[in-house]
Amino acid sequence: MRGLRFLGTGRGRVGFAILAFVVAVALFGPFFAPHDPADILGAPGSGPSSSFPLGTDYLGHDVLSRVLWGGRSVLWLSLAATALSFVLGMAVGGVAGYSRSFVDPILMRLVDVVLSFPPLLLFILVVTSVGTSSLILILSIAVILSPGIARIVYSATREVSVRGYTEAAVTRGEGASAILLREIFPNILGPLIANLGLTVTFSVLLVASVTFLGLGVQPPNANWALMISENRDILSINVWSTLAPAAMIALLTVGVNTVGDAVSHALGLPQRRAITTVGGIEELITPAELV
Amino acid sequence: MTGPPPLLAVRDLTVELLDGQPVVSDVSLTLDAGQTLGLVGESGSGKTTLALALLGYARPGMRIASGEVEIAGQHIALGDERAARAMRGRLVSLVPQDPSTNLNPALRIGAAINDIVREHRPSDAGDAIVYDVLGRVRLPAERRFARRFPHQLSGGQKQRVLIASALVCEPPLIVLDEPTTGLDVVTQARILEEVERLHRDREVAMIYVSHDIAVISQVADQVAVLYGGLVVEHGATDDVLSRPRHPYTRGLVSSVPDHTQPRRMQGIPGVAVGLDELRRGCPFMPRCEQRVDRCASEMPRLSLLDGRHVRCFEARLTPPPERGELRVPNVTSEHDILLAVEHLTAVHRDGRHTTVAACDVTFSVPRGACVALVGESGSGKTTIARAIAGLHPPRSGRILLDGAELVPRAQKRSRELRRRCQIIFQDPYESLNPRRRIRDEVARPARLLRGLSKTEARTEVAQLLEQVRLPAHLADAFPAELSGGERQRVAIARALAAQPDLLVCDEITSALDVSVQAAVVEVLADLRSRLSLSMLFITHNLGVVAAIADYVLILDHGVICERGPVEQVFNHPQSERAIELLAAAPTLRVAA
Amino acid sequence: MSATAPAGSEVPVEAPSPEARAPHPLRRFLIRRVAQGLVTLLVASVVVFLATSAIPGSPATAILGRNANPQAVAEINHHLGFDKPIVDRYLSWLGDALRGNLGNSSVDIAQGATSAPIWPIIRSPLADTTTLALVTVILLIPLSLVLGVWSGLKAGRWQDHVISTVTLVLISMPEFVIGSLLIAILFVASHLLPPVSLISPGVFPLLHPNILVMPVLTLLAVSVAWTVRLVRVGTIEVLRTDYVQMARLHGIRERKVLRRYVLRNALAPSVQIFALSIQYLFGGVIITETVFNYPGIGSQLVNAATSHDNTEVQAITLILATIYILINIVADLLVMVLVPKLRSSS
Repeated sequence: MRGLRFLGTGRGRVGFAILAFVVAVALFGPFFAPHDPADILGAPGSGPSSSFPLGTDYLGHDVLSRVLWGGRSVLWLSLAATALSFVLGMAVGGVAGYSRSFVDPILMRLVDVVLSFPPLLLFILVVTSVGTSSLILILSIAVILSPGIARIVYSATREVSVRGYTEAAVTRGEGASAILLREIFPNILGPLIANLGLTVTFSVLLVASVTFLGLGVQPPNANWALMISENRDILSINVWSTLAPAAMIALLTVGVNTVGDAVSHALGLPQRRAITTVGGIEELITPAELV
Repeated sequence: MTGPPPLLAVRDLTVELLDGQPVVSDVSLTLDAGQTLGLVGESGSGKTTLALALLGYARPGMRIASGEVEIAGQHIALGDERAARAMRGRLVSLVPQDPSTNLNPALRIGAAINDIVREHRPSDAGDAIVYDVLGRVRLPAERRFARRFPHQLSGGQKQRVLIASALVCEPPLIVLDEPTTGLDVVTQARILEEVERLHRDREVAMIYVSHDIAVISQVADQVAVLYGGLVVEHGATDDVLSRPRHPYTRGLVSSVPDHTQPRRMQGIPGVAVGLDELRRGCPFMPRCEQRVDRCASEMPRLSLLDGRHVRCFEARLTPPPERGELRVPNVTSEHDILLAVEHLTAVHRDGRHTTVAACDVTFSVPRGACVALVGESGSGKTTIARAIAGLHPPRSGRILLDGAELVPRAQKRSRELRRRCQIIFQDPYESLNPRRRIRDEVARPARLLRGLSKTEARTEVAQLLEQVRLPAHLADAFPAELSGGERQRVAIARALAAQPDLLVCDEITSALDVSVQAAVVEVLADLRSRLSLSMLFITHNLGVVAAIADYVLILDHGVICERGPVEQVFNHPQSERAIELLAAAPTLRVAA
Repeated sequence: MSATAPAGSEVPVEAPSPEARAPHPLRRFLIRRVAQGLVTLLVASVVVFLATSAIPGSPATAILGRNANPQAVAEINHHLGFDKPIVDRYLSWLGDALRGNLGNSSVDIAQGATSAPIWPIIRSPLADTTTLALVTVILLIPLSLVLGVWSGLKAGRWQDHVISTVTLVLISMPEFVIGSLLIAILFVASHLLPPVSLISPGVFPLLHPNILVMPVLTLLAVSVAWTVRLVRVGTIEVLRTDYVQMARLHGIRERKVLRRYVLRNALAPSVQIFALSIQYLFGGVIITETVFNYPGIGSQLVNAATSHDNTEVQAITLILATIYILINIVADLLVMVLVPKLRSSS
């Protein structure tokens, strides 16, 4: 696959290594955790020692164990939100882009409305009234992310639907679903892949941010973002309680973004940045960046 | 040699990619003051690179490796960008190809021209010189016009501004790189006229780069033909074009369509050589019909033959250009109608603006005939084609295929009707799905519209590829591996897979090189006679019309202003528009 | 050659230039855009209202807990006006808001206060956040323009590599991570700055610049990185255009080419880019204020949300969404004014 060429670049390799490391910790960390992350085992806020290599946190849990356990929820929530956002965005953007009827402006105005909110605000709004849960988290973040995907799918679909081969299919009398599946979808993959990395990054950032604010996963669950907010008060006493999970989140997002950037660069794809102005100037298209 | 030294002397100029691959090799030319040299070549020949090198400029990724360029006794600095820049504008200037991208969108045109003046003639900078040069290119010499931004100008006006920019510092040499590409035929003719006038009045020497031999024959005193970055033939225009000595030049001349001398167009077999495929011997060798063993291993040098320079070992053997007779079409009768278009009106809605593309258009295509629909961009011809194909529902009117009405949308038509009418589009790079292999793409209409099974379709594909003169192994390829001409032939094969009665061709050769165009038109003409196809051929090129069509309809802003058999319309045009178009279309002017 | 143009005519007859057609395109766009913005605002207000008030019983239940006395719940609901039909509630809420009355805090009402107007509660945090945002933006614009253009001009070379890598890392990191790292470095390790930005309400933040430094740095870190990348790409794009090449082919010296041909066009999309950045700041501000306990509208919002104070969340969200949309409109209008070309194509 041409995309795998990114492993040839320095940036691609470093990014991949970072990402692989973080994902490994997130997925397999729990098998290596020395203690139960929810057990209060020591004095709160004590520094690194032989039994607690990273010290204890604000309640007395072993920081290392919590770090090893804390990646899973971050990972699965953001991936689920990303997947759902792609499904939503592709459905809305594809239908709007292909149909030339009244459906088009209605759907895209809907997209504009969602985009007219600062992302975090929408989430806070929802949580205030219905409370929080994993499902709500995933749904809300998916709704926040999907307009970006919808915009990209919309413009890519419109572009492809006027190409010769698509029109040839229309004159052959092929049905709308056949055309969407055989002619359009395979040819809009490019921009979608280019945005996958960026969307996953946003997703992780959003999940982490809302969790940090206390609106996501709740204690005593081990979660990297939650750990940072929990341990703010003992920052000066045991800096590891905050630094370790912060480092993990940073590595995750940097890894994802670097790999995404390198892959789109290897595929020679422009990175479209949909401007969030409502009904205003549409897109600020940025070409694939020079290495 | 006595007499004044040449104005331009180029010696052994070579331009390479940064990795050493040559783009232009060992080019040597001379030009006297006041003369015009035509530089002819198709895509990939290196002609634009050569034109830029005359200004001491190499595009990013390339460098001028060796050689000399001397203009009016001064050497153009070829490696030193800063020194070269001081000479540009003053000694030599360029009129670029695309007017829409070569003007700074943030500057008013008067200010942009003054920028150039300030650089080379700072004491003359000001309004006066801007108005003067605008007047010379027949643009309004007034403040209101000079304060316009590029986006407020039409294509032709922008091109004139670029010509004015090239003239303003009065250089003795001007290089024009395809300055009329992308403009409509009538505007082209006007710009050409402008160029010729300036050439006559000011004694400016010009280098005119073009792929259009007909234009070159009108404008240039000498011509140099480029292939694979090498000059393959060079001499007086009349000599070279009337009796070419290099097989490639011969091929080119045979490919040029000419509406004043209709004849069969002869393409050049094979595909133009890519930069990375250049080998040790003659670059044209793979496509040459008079090659010998020596051609593969040795590079011929330019030698004098018949009053011009040729780069060919076997130049003596080159036969005269083909002037084949047109095929006799088997049109059964003018009254046996296959396609009838009645009072068709079609509009374009663009936000709040509605433009009428076609207004009450009525015409018919007799069975077995080829009807050409001619007009400028915006004349409505593409809209009519799309309406027939079922892509553009008309506002009113009827379209009948063999008496059966074609409903506006293709999806609602019966399978049989969809099968019988096939359309081929203009852009070869968008006509094939990049994700499907050629064989699947070509087989699709056969399977969908004729109900063929997978195996049956496979055999069909092989036959069809042969009919369009493509090698069978291309069936397994993806479109990205094919050239423009090959893709267009695949599009024809795909259309034929449905075994249609009517083929609608929408400007299918406009995006192709001359020799490739000739090959495609030849294939079509051949298929037409063998399969008794009827065709609606849309184009703006009158030469192609003469080569393939029986009847012609001339469209002007959505209205048919003239119609009739091709010969009659071309020789005795009645309407103003037709006369204008025929006069503006370039023809090959050479002493017989 | 043909005599297509009659002798003596100065101007060849060609297609009328695009400008001639549309009268006052700018004014028409202005009206259309503002109207669009108002419609969006309206829809946004509906969304805000529905999201916080549509679920019956939940505000009071959320505040008092699930096992609360049903009578107490009903009483609070009545006091908060929750027993009226939803359309009436929306209209009266909207009407009040337009007149400046943002309602009472649900939590305070639930805890027994007879009236607890929201506006005085949020007035001061709003001002503090504005100060924070303004300081950030004032630093953001020149910094990112200079770095972005410079990095674009040096594209492919080591200076550009460094900037690209650093910005890539910065835009990947969440603000709270950056904030925490800054605290770790600038406070824990070196005691240079206070870890929390506590000031009494009503005190003007600029009088105590220490507390602004880390929040501003945190916000700048990510927003500068984003903006630099966009400006950089815009610059590279311009450097590759035909008209820049043409200017060089006309012999214009490089300094002038850079100034009049490159910079002028590279900076053209800046308004849109900065509008994007300011929009980003909305989310960033909420997080950053929480990290540093900065008494701004962001932390106010989070507190209100965690305590389920519906009306306060409603009010703050409405204000923030309104400002967000207004900024969009202003940015679009500014672009229209600055880039004449767009007027004919819209």
